[in-house]
Amino acid sequence: MAEFLLDFEKPIVELEKRIEALKGLEGVDSEIAKLQKQAEKLRRKVYSRLTRWQIVQLARHPRRPYTLDLIPYLFTDFTELHGDRGFADDPAIVAGIARFRGRSLALVGHQKGHDTKERIRRNFGMPHPEGYRKALRIYKLAEKFGMPVINFVDTPGADPGVGAEERGQSEAIARNLQEIAILRTPILVIVTGEGGSGGALAIGIGDRIYMLEYSFYSTISPEGCASILWRDSAKAPQAAEALKFTSRDNLDHGVIDGVIPEPSGGAHRDWQHTAKFIADQIAQALAELEGLSHEELIAKRIEKFRKVGKFKTIR
Amino acid sequence: MFSRKNLRPARNTRKKTKLKDGLWLKCESCGEILYRRELDQSCWICPKCNFHFRIGHRKYIELLLDEGGLEEVDKGLVPVDPLRFPKYKEKYRSSRKKTGMEEGIVSGRAVIQGIEVIFAATDFAFMGGSMGSVVGERVARAARLALAEHKPFVMLTASGGGARMQEGIFSLMQMPKTSAEVALLKQAHIPYINILTHPTMAGVMASFASLGDVIIAEPGALLGFTGPRVIEQTIGEKLPPGFQRSEFLLEHGFVDIVCSRRDLRETVARILSLLAEPHKEPSTQT
Ligand SMILES: [Zn+2]
Repeated sequence: MAEFLLDFEKPIVELEKRIEALKGLEGVDSEIAKLQKQAEKLRRKVYSRLTRWQIVQLARHPRRPYTLDLIPYLFTDFTELHGDRGFADDPAIVAGIARFRGRSLALVGHQKGHDTKERIRRNFGMPHPEGYRKALRIYKLAEKFGMPVINFVDTPGADPGVGAEERGQSEAIARNLQEIAILRTPILVIVTGEGGSGGALAIGIGDRIYMLEYSFYSTISPEGCASILWRDSAKAPQAAEALKFTSRDNLDHGVIDGVIPEPSGGAHRDWQHTAKFIADQIAQALAELEGLSHEELIAKRIEKFRKVGKFKTIR
Repeated sequence: MFSRKNLRPARNTRKKTKLKDGLWLKCESCGEILYRRELDQSCWICPKCNFHFRIGHRKYIELLLDEGGLEEVDKGLVPVDPLRFPKYKEKYRSSRKKTGMEEGIVSGRAVIQGIEVIFAATDFAFMGGSMGSVVGERVARAARLALAEHKPFVMLTASGGGARMQEGIFSLMQMPKTSAEVALLKQAHIPYINILTHPTMAGVMASFASLGDVIIAEPGALLGFTGPRVIEQTIGEKLPPGFQRSEFLLEHGFVDIVCSRRDLRETVARILSLLAEPHKEPSTQT
């Protein structure tokens, strides 16, 4: 695959390449050390002041690990299950069962593609109603067999086409929200990339929501917001600032439970370590949730949903 | 632009306003010139083509609820602009001034043909009837009140805006919040009825507005997730007439009944009386 570099990545990667080129040569150790220090400094400088728009670009990076990329690092015995039993199998959402550190659980996640063919086959990770319905089917399966559910969220949004409307996109999303609220098993959500509106939400709520450091979760895409606000989707960077939707923002808003750090330079530079950080978070969350009875679990979950919202009472 | 030929021909806004101020106005659909007072007496339905003019929550209260109207609860909740979003405060203030409402929803206790209910209605006139924290909170509280008082919950929507962009993630999270309350109502076997009016879209349609035990829609209402203009941009062609309208949803199985505004009250009352027959002890097990 051709290398894809974001503008702000370029100077860092150039330095890294110079370091690579020097490696193995005689008498350049001090030069390498110097360059490495320089690279680390530059990396820290760039990544400590990322704009929200830069974070969007990282979240959408074509080498970002998707659900099927992460699964081999996180789970064993992964068995993909297909279809909503009503209409079709939606390739934009993958689902299945697997083992995590010795215990079985259910998985649901958006799936994008790394090349053009796969991107098209996966509809760029934009689900149709049958995708949400497949997810719900797996949730019910998980409930039945006492397995926790892990969701991986990375979608630009719900499919904006004719078929999705004909097959009741609204109903499919709404029903998932209703059923997730009272599902008798723990549900974890990891937002790994784009948390795009209703398409994300339908598999994006649960007992715990975590976001990878360079991901976002939003009610509208920055482009959509910009075209409503300023009639110009090119103003997406400004819209990203206005929407305040990064992992840190959402943690500050009290809407999510934690931010999962990414390896230096972002998840796309090191899938394995990204998976390691995710695995640690999953283990911790499961340990917290598994002691609860179903009733406690659901009561706490609904209480959590109820608390979200900011308003005041004027009399 | 989305073709609305059958239901809504291109309109000349200036002309319309002029007419609206006077005694006469033009049907948005068939172009018939109508006498305002007559229209008001016939539920704002065009006598010639059955077009349902948009009416606000006050008119719905008058048309649907028994004498006494709405005993409103949870008044005084107002938004706080949590993201300090561009122009939100101004937009809120002008909506408030224009509509006389504190937010895009009213909710409370009511009676429909002798049946005590909890009733709530969103209003398109207030920021498109979009759902921010206040609308979500009031829907949630109305559902809880229905649960606490063991009364059916009748929810009317006119929400073209879906989740209110200006409140960002807080708006989006009103969808699970309201849907969770509906889940609890259902577990308690309390009837939940949706009345969908023009338009009900996006985040509202994809949460509490699609979850009724029975879903009733007014004729010709635009109901869906993605807006027709966005779909047309995506697919690069015009949508057929009637796409995402009530009748389309009926045909595809997402609405139970398309019901004239004239018959709404009787229909809701009949359904409620059937669902809540006194001899049927609701089972507490789910
Ligand atoms: Zn007419």
